[in-house]
Amino acid sequence: MSARVGVVTFPGSLDDGDASRAVRIAGGDAVGLWHADADLHGVDAVILPGGFSYGDYLRGGAIARFAPVMQAIADAVRDGLPVLGICNGFQILCEAHILPGALIRNQHMHFRARDQRLRIEAVQPVWTNAFNDSQEVVIPIKHGEGRYVADERTLDELEANGQVIARYVGGNPNGAQRDIAAVSNAAGNVVGIMPHPEHAVDALTGPSTDGLSFFTSMLKFLAGRPASEASAAGGPA
Amino acid sequence: MARVVVDVMLKPEILDPQGQAVANALPRLGVNDVTSVRIGRRIEIEFAGEPDLDRAREIADKLLANPVIEDFALHLDATGTVKPASDSQESEPAEAPA
Repeated sequence: MSARVGVVTFPGSLDDGDASRAVRIAGGDAVGLWHADADLHGVDAVILPGGFSYGDYLRGGAIARFAPVMQAIADAVRDGLPVLGICNGFQILCEAHILPGALIRNQHMHFRARDQRLRIEAVQPVWTNAFNDSQEVVIPIKHGEGRYVADERTLDELEANGQVIARYVGGNPNGAQRDIAAVSNAAGNVVGIMPHPEHAVDALTGPSTDGLSFFTSMLKFLAGRPASEASAAGGPA
Repeated sequence: MARVVVDVMLKPEILDPQGQAVANALPRLGVNDVTSVRIGRRIEIEFAGEPDLDRAREIADKLLANPVIEDFALHLDATGTVKPASDSQESEPAEAPA
């Protein structure tokens, strides 16, 4: 039985369809989750897709953070649930303090939509095990508020703990500190990424198929777990 | 109706590109003696009964400001009435910010 991967739809989510498609192409079952439903329906992993949840009112992700589904996700994260937040999903995870730091307006004020080169900085068991160490990939970006910031101490900790998952190469598109494009929580089960791996899973519609490896990594991780941990995984060390 | 005013600003160490863009536009108005512009957000909260500063502080801390990047200050609006939108004259905030 293939793994069931929840994809959350908030009011204003845009990329839930593409995220579900990416899950299916990678070989998983995509399960739609609704923002107002606190029940995760027993999914094995969750994707928070890109978009403009609640119109980005106040700050990107600030209101989505209080959606009933997010409370359930925050609880499940503590039990090791794999979660990938993409773009607005990354903002939501930072607002919820599930991931450190914050994403603020691009330094140059411009919205950026382009194919972006990234370097995978951490091959970790949950979300990047299908990449090679320091592999360079091309994945689209499209955001106006993607500048990752955190205080110096937090940044040093992220670097020391291998929580910097990907960095921009060939030009920093938003002024992110230390060129950071993706980070994980300390346990490694939660990753937030500003670029859109779900838009790079198919040669017809994307600049590469590099993004697919995030989804296959997670499915490989789930397949390798003992069945008894199916919905209450111990997080990776 | 009494209300609590919450001012949210990016922390001083966080770059404010919006404020910079405004500052960069000022010379076009002939203004050349401004060294910095920073943009924040003013939020007005009205309570059904007596304004509750502690509750307002909790709201500001949990939702209105993101403590990772922003500071906030709040005060009671001494005027106690909602000014019409056309009134551009700011009243002096009487209470000390938190």
